[in-house]
Amino acid sequence: MNPPLGSPEPRTYSEPMRPPQPAVGQSPQPVRQIAISVEGLNLWYGKNQALFDVSLGFPARSVTAIIGPSGCGKSTLLRTLNRMHEVTPGTRMTGRVRLFGDDLYRSGMDPTILRRRVGMIFQKSNPFPTLSVRENVLVGLRLNGVRDKEVLRERLEECLRMAALWDEVKDNLNRPGISLSGGQQQRLCIARAIAMRPEVLLMDEPSSALDPIATARIEELVHELKETFTIVIVTHNMQQAARVSDHTAFMYLGRLIEMGTTQKIFQRPEHRQTEEYITGRFG
Amino acid sequence: MTTVEASGRRLEDQHQHRWRRFKSGAMSALAVLSAAAVILPLGFVLFHLLLQGASSVNVDFFTRTPAAPGSPGGGMANAIAGSAELLALATALGAPIGVLGAIYLSEYSSPAVAASIRFVADVLNGVPSIIWGVLVFGVVVVPMHGFSTLAGAVALAIMMIPLVLRTTEEVLLLVPGGYREAALALGIARWKIVVHIVVRTASRGIVTGVLLAVARISGETAPLLFTAFGNLNWNLGLTQPIAALPLQIYTYAVSPYEDWHRQAWAGALVLISLIFLLNLSVRFLTRAKRL
Ligand SMILES: Nc1ncnc2c1ncn2[C@@H]1O[C@H](COP(=O)(O)OP(=O)(O)O)[C@@H](O)[C@H]1O
Ligand SMILES: [Mg+2]
Repeated sequence: MNPPLGSPEPRTYSEPMRPPQPAVGQSPQPVRQIAISVEGLNLWYGKNQALFDVSLGFPARSVTAIIGPSGCGKSTLLRTLNRMHEVTPGTRMTGRVRLFGDDLYRSGMDPTILRRRVGMIFQKSNPFPTLSVRENVLVGLRLNGVRDKEVLRERLEECLRMAALWDEVKDNLNRPGISLSGGQQQRLCIARAIAMRPEVLLMDEPSSALDPIATARIEELVHELKETFTIVIVTHNMQQAARVSDHTAFMYLGRLIEMGTTQKIFQRPEHRQTEEYITGRFG
Repeated sequence: MTTVEASGRRLEDQHQHRWRRFKSGAMSALAVLSAAAVILPLGFVLFHLLLQGASSVNVDFFTRTPAAPGSPGGGMANAIAGSAELLALATALGAPIGVLGAIYLSEYSSPAVAASIRFVADVLNGVPSIIWGVLVFGVVVVPMHGFSTLAGAVALAIMMIPLVLRTTEEVLLLVPGGYREAALALGIARWKIVVHIVVRTASRGIVTGVLLAVARISGETAPLLFTAFGNLNWNLGLTQPIAALPLQIYTYAVSPYEDWHRQAWAGALVLISLIFLLNLSVRFLTRAKRL
């Protein structure tokens, strides 16, 4: 699927300039660019430190899984990647995060605009309750001033198709978003996020509230979406990490213990803690 | 020996059991009586009003202005229209301030500031309504050199603000934080999230709160005594005294005329029906699934 997302169509709301990205499949052995790099990140909730000197890079157009026991800071790390942690009062952060080289925390970086480039999917699906399926997908564009009916109609179908939801909802786009099943709601949230044409999608345990079939659909979807987006997925399900991700980062007690290709982490982990966690001896 | 002891204990147990049953029964009876004490006055008032007032609620009552004092006939059309205008104006003035204040409390202010404003609103809600009448007399009636619709509406609006503020804040806080986060993560500006997501999600609850506040102030008499003042003739202008149902009921009830007494009953019946209807629509609104 070479996405219509890449097409240089006029944008009706201002989006930041993007650094050139290598087209997928351009060279036979594409060197993976780093989409987001994290350098020496420390984060405190009030007096409690939740992240300790975390440094890692998330390769572009691939899936990176963050695994680790509950409370180790996976969600916290994820939320620093689109500055969502700033919504929580009393957080303090040091270190650097770059999106294609651009410092996310430099002065003059508007978090609102940044979040259009780095979308987020939450653990609990949260379609807006007063909005229809159609309105849910388009709400981000509408509220950012996109009025052109043609653009909205096209984007609606495109995003619902990408989220593998089109066939299920195309006959009734005006039903309330919350009338869908749990798995459909989560895919609706994915459609809503990609309608903003982000570069990165952050997913925080996106299928932990879903049944196995709905989970499998989300995993398939993640696999397809990585053609277009850089995906960072937090999961406490190691099978899921093994199935969907290209790279895996293992965290423990607020520290990054080890990161590498998923194959390596699961077959030849370097650290004892990683091995113990993966083999289920703790966590 | 042991069997005697055992049966003795059983008797004792049975005795205690009866005593417990009696206590429990007494408690239930007390609770039922107290509940009846809540419902009875309403039933009694409605019954009495229907008995005394229903016969005077006729077409004239809704279409005519008061007849000359002492002569029979006439109606309360001016007071009904006046009350409607006062309530509409008060809502237009008070509800937006209350709602915006609540938005500030739930979406923007720090918890400490919110707590203190909440406390002030609760104090304001407890202020006897005649105080508002006196206050508005001082700050609106005196400078304007006369009683007026505007003064009455301001007095009612002041009463409405803290009521609307508290109910609106409560329903805004009921909107799950997940929706705010989802909208923030879409890169939507904060104020747009508040208006298009949070307030829209809570809109039913906000309307409910406003209706309850309208119901609450629609029978207020004291704050209108020194402000709207009342009027036996038609007036819908903003700068003259205006009639209002509660004021007219009061004027008629203290008059020496039989016919006016009957009309006062009718007015009371209409007023309580209006409040009843408002409360009913609130029930209807809150029964639906959404907030
Ligand atoms: N809003 C918050 N306020 C205070 N502490 C928090 C908050 N969110 C998370 N924490 C703390 O930060 C640490 C990491 O949490 P989190 O990132 O949610 O872990 P994970 O997603 O890996 O389960 C935990 O110790 C948790 O208690
Ligand atoms: Mg988490």
